[in-house]
Amino acid sequence: MSIEIKNLSHIYSQGSPFESIALDDISAVIDKGSFIGLIGHTGSGKSTFIQHLNVLLKPTMGQIFIDGIDINDKSTKVKSIRQKVGLVFQYPEHQLFEETVEKDVAFGPENLGLGDAEIKKRVKDALTMVGLDYDKIKDKSPFELSGGQMRRVAIAGVLAMKPSILILDEPTAGLDPRGRDDILNVISELHRREKITVILVSHSMEDIAKHVEKIMVMFDGKIKIFDTPQNVFSQVDLLENIGLAVPQVTYLMRKLKEIDPLIDQNIYTVQQAKEEIIRMMRRRKDA
Amino acid sequence: MLKDVTIGQYYPTNSFIHKLDPRTKIHFTFLYIIALFTIDNFYGYLAAFALLMGITLVSKIPVGYILRGIKGLVFIILITVLINLFMTPGTPKFEIWRLTITEEGLEIAAFMALRLIFLVTGTSIMTLTTSPIALTDGIEYSLRSIPGVKKYAHELAMMMTIALRFIPTLMEETDRIMKAQKARGADLESGNLVQRAKNLIPILVPLFVSAFRRADELAIAMEARCYRGGHDRTRLNELKYNKRDVYAYFVILGMMVAIFATRWL
Repeated sequence: MSIEIKNLSHIYSQGSPFESIALDDISAVIDKGSFIGLIGHTGSGKSTFIQHLNVLLKPTMGQIFIDGIDINDKSTKVKSIRQKVGLVFQYPEHQLFEETVEKDVAFGPENLGLGDAEIKKRVKDALTMVGLDYDKIKDKSPFELSGGQMRRVAIAGVLAMKPSILILDEPTAGLDPRGRDDILNVISELHRREKITVILVSHSMEDIAKHVEKIMVMFDGKIKIFDTPQNVFSQVDLLENIGLAVPQVTYLMRKLKEIDPLIDQNIYTVQQAKEEIIRMMRRRKDA
Repeated sequence: MLKDVTIGQYYPTNSFIHKLDPRTKIHFTFLYIIALFTIDNFYGYLAAFALLMGITLVSKIPVGYILRGIKGLVFIILITVLINLFMTPGTPKFEIWRLTITEEGLEIAAFMALRLIFLVTGTSIMTLTTSPIALTDGIEYSLRSIPGVKKYAHELAMMMTIALRFIPTLMEETDRIMKAQKARGADLESGNLVQRAKNLIPILVPLFVSAFRRADELAIAMEARCYRGGHDRTRLNELKYNKRDVYAYFVILGMMVAIFATRWL
């Protein structure tokens, strides 16, 4: 499912004294089945941008095509777009409302008008996918779960709609390291197995570096860079200028390069760093 | 959608009206409402119109912005007009099917519609020119001068401040929850009345949960900073009447007398 964004602009409260330009003439193509990381400091337009992708916001100017279909065209069914493009908001556990976990996860599929058997199957699949025990959890109230479990139930609520594009707005905010890794691994696994397109908004450069294939950097309502992690994280000065950073290991490797000029400083995961440091130590021992 | 509500919104400009003491504006609004109800002919509305126009011009708020406040009340105004139009007994003027419109009915309907419109625009000028914080300060000071209420003035004002403070937060929250449920395919715009009411459950439940959570957090945060209500509390900014308030009181009182005097025209 490819996404094509053409000259997209969005202005909030146009014509009032509170007018503000949130998106400024954005154009990009997101390939089918890719895993994109979206970064940018607060207020750079990330949230506004992702809400356009499933018609929660309408462009002030410009167009968005998903698989060649103009999603803001009058003849396009909004519901079918929202089924295709699953959007998990920040703190998605705040949207839980049903009496039981099962009913809450079923809310999306029910809105799609599916049959009972199919809904039940999807709920079970979705809950299993996020690493929860369906039989144990289905009759519990979503409000008596732990924070991490609530988050997973909420994500399952979106997965149960079987989207082919999944957008997550900081899905790990406020979780402990274990919960964070679990959720990111679920998403990565889903991307690998089901070949769905994933757009991950995050403030953690480490998470982004570890999981995504391409990074979109937003600043001031514009797309500043859209490239591979390697090419993005090599531009340290630019990133720092717009209030971002590179992963901590990259800073470490840059420091090490001052000691040993042969070292590769374009490294952004701990795994890569480990291998490079071992290589360096072997080289120095041999010399 | 929710951002279109102008009642209670603040529109910052640097005008004479904005700089007035909030008490002046509150007292004006109070008097204005009373004056509106004393009007018994159309000359009175002409005077009220002149007064509102004058204030609007001085406040530098676009007229269209003030009129937007009426939009939300179109329904109420319409019902008022219709009921008065058909239910007032008197000399018949037109007859439509089995309903009669009387001369008196026409007059009262127009009167009521004007009264409502003037009420809404007049009071929305106050909220448009006064920030919510200044407004509650003004209310607190005004309440203090009423014996018996004095003891609770601070608590009442604090409750109002908090309520006002949370309106935008809750609006944002509602907006967010609505979007989240729409992203899960919730349909909020179609269906009959019962269906639509049912569709609100996925929005209201999370909204209440979050409102209670916020209230709880706020209470703890206030206690953590040793908040003890009105006991000997001093304030950072005391309200002080200025020379311009004196002028404003004269102008306002003059206009009120003028509106009241139209009864004898």
